[in-house]
Amino acid sequence: MTEKIRKLENIINSELSSKIQNSIIQNDELLIEIGENDLLDVVQFLKSDEKCKFRQLIDIAGVDYPQEEKRFKLVYLFLSHENNYRIKLSIKFVTNQAINSITKIFPSANWMEREVFDMYGVKFKNHPDLRRILTDYGFKGHPLRKDFPLTGFNEVRYSEKDKKVIYEPVKLEQNYRNFDFESPWEGTKYLKSIKNKKEDGKKN
Amino acid sequence: MVKKTKSLNLNFGPQHPAAHGVLRLILELDGEVVEKADPHIGLLHRGTEKLIEQKTYTQALPYFDRLDYVAPMNQEHAFALAAEKLLKIEVPIRAKYIRVIFCEIGRILSHILNVTTQALDVGALTPSLWGFEERETLMTFYERASGSRLHANYFRTGGVHQDIPLKLVDDIEKFCRSFPKIINDLEELLTDNRIFKQRNVEIGIVSKQDALDHSFSGVMLRGSGVPWDLRRSQPYEIYNELDFKIPVGKNGDCYDRYLCRMEEMRESVKIILQCIEKLPKGPVKSIDGKISPPNRDDLKQSMEALIHHFKLFTEGYRVPKGDVYTSVEAPKGEFGVYLISDGSNKPYRCKIRAPGFSHLQAMDYLIRGHMLADVPAVLGSLDIVFGEVDR
Repeated sequence: MTEKIRKLENIINSELSSKIQNSIIQNDELLIEIGENDLLDVVQFLKSDEKCKFRQLIDIAGVDYPQEEKRFKLVYLFLSHENNYRIKLSIKFVTNQAINSITKIFPSANWMEREVFDMYGVKFKNHPDLRRILTDYGFKGHPLRKDFPLTGFNEVRYSEKDKKVIYEPVKLEQNYRNFDFESPWEGTKYLKSIKNKKEDGKKN
Repeated sequence: MVKKTKSLNLNFGPQHPAAHGVLRLILELDGEVVEKADPHIGLLHRGTEKLIEQKTYTQALPYFDRLDYVAPMNQEHAFALAAEKLLKIEVPIRAKYIRVIFCEIGRILSHILNVTTQALDVGALTPSLWGFEERETLMTFYERASGSRLHANYFRTGGVHQDIPLKLVDDIEKFCRSFPKIINDLEELLTDNRIFKQRNVEIGIVSKQDALDHSFSGVMLRGSGVPWDLRRSQPYEIYNELDFKIPVGKNGDCYDRYLCRMEEMRESVKIILQCIEKLPKGPVKSIDGKISPPNRDDLKQSMEALIHHFKLFTEGYRVPKGDVYTSVEAPKGEFGVYLISDGSNKPYRCKIRAPGFSHLQAMDYLIRGHMLADVPAVLGSLDIVFGEVDR
């Protein structure tokens, strides 16, 4: 499996050398980092190239790194049925940057991009129908951003007085408690990693 | 002179028995023909992904039961595999077999529900009455293994929570011997049924290319003639040691998908029987004390076990930095978990790839040009469960 992926990495690196910023193989998975402006070209290449044939878009995952300058990351997961392998494509970009929509290449990206827009507030250029998808009608904010509180801002209830469902600011009987149980020490050394190290040491 | 017609907007759901949950489908109708369908989802959105970011890995697992609540353990499986891949730990062989048994039970659970409710949507009541009795039996198996009928919380990183009772294996085997007859009975009611065929044959046809373009997986893909099953093509656990067939459809219509599901149930029974026959003895969870909690008995005797227990249920275990995508062939299609760990005891990001999400997305493409009465038939054959679509 690893060999197959390595071969794929070589092919992609040689064909798209100028566009690829970095490629990593970790846990038997290939991750390719590219610039956000090359997205359409690279996706088109992955789909149509004879050696790649990534004909299916599996998912688009957004990630938020509030500390970093390029705050958002999008990870595109592709699958090739013919060659039986997967690939991850990632782009990083700053807040408010609009990203090219890949709906023209993969129609199924439509809802996935809508979800990213809903959850992270990332805007997509040339998307046919960029609306919120999972959150409530008239929802404000982007819930999966790390600075969005877990409890949210509004809650709904049925008001007997008004005879309708009303929105109110969240009022908790008890504050949300997030205990930090993580030990300040380095953490447990796993038996296995110690064993592996010993074995590695022997080999050397 | 051409008469101008105005199209009619129809709200289908969110409270409609054939909407299979809380789907609000806004249909644009020209007479009885659907011109456009706009599914509004998210009415069951619970923010699972956000919640998981706040919980340790052990605490995150039960959320997966609540995604596709028709086949809970298949979802847990994907998450457990992801955490194991990051931790690079091995699962004991007995646990692998138990996992496969319960995943296949989950598949039968899901397919029974889908096939019979699809029949219900097109007017046949009896199959659901017969099928649900079997589901009840299967859920008692869930209960006997995990303690709860639905939200099992049974799989763990590194294995399963507990060993299964001895008698349970016999009872599952007994069930597997008798269940094929029930499938035959159901087929007798449906497969050649004139009304069922009229409502399903050549309805909601998906071509091979469109199935790929719309990110279909599972039965939706196989129904259109793409022989793709993750259990075979990217085997996990012990699937490569088992002998089973992958039913593939021909026409890609609702009827073919129904046939695929029926056949898959038979294959699942075969898989369970093979697993029971081969079921080895041994531990059912990782022996690494830093990951799986100690026995109850040890707690009373060993100080180390007590410390481990305390640390595991407060801090949890830390997972090495990295990101990983694992997927399983859930009854509805490819269910995947994209997990990013920052090295702490909580996932940094956990993206859940639900098969129903992409399937429902194609609703507009599937239903355009069909009659209004075909909407429930197509929706039924998509196998939508809102727990996983809305997350």
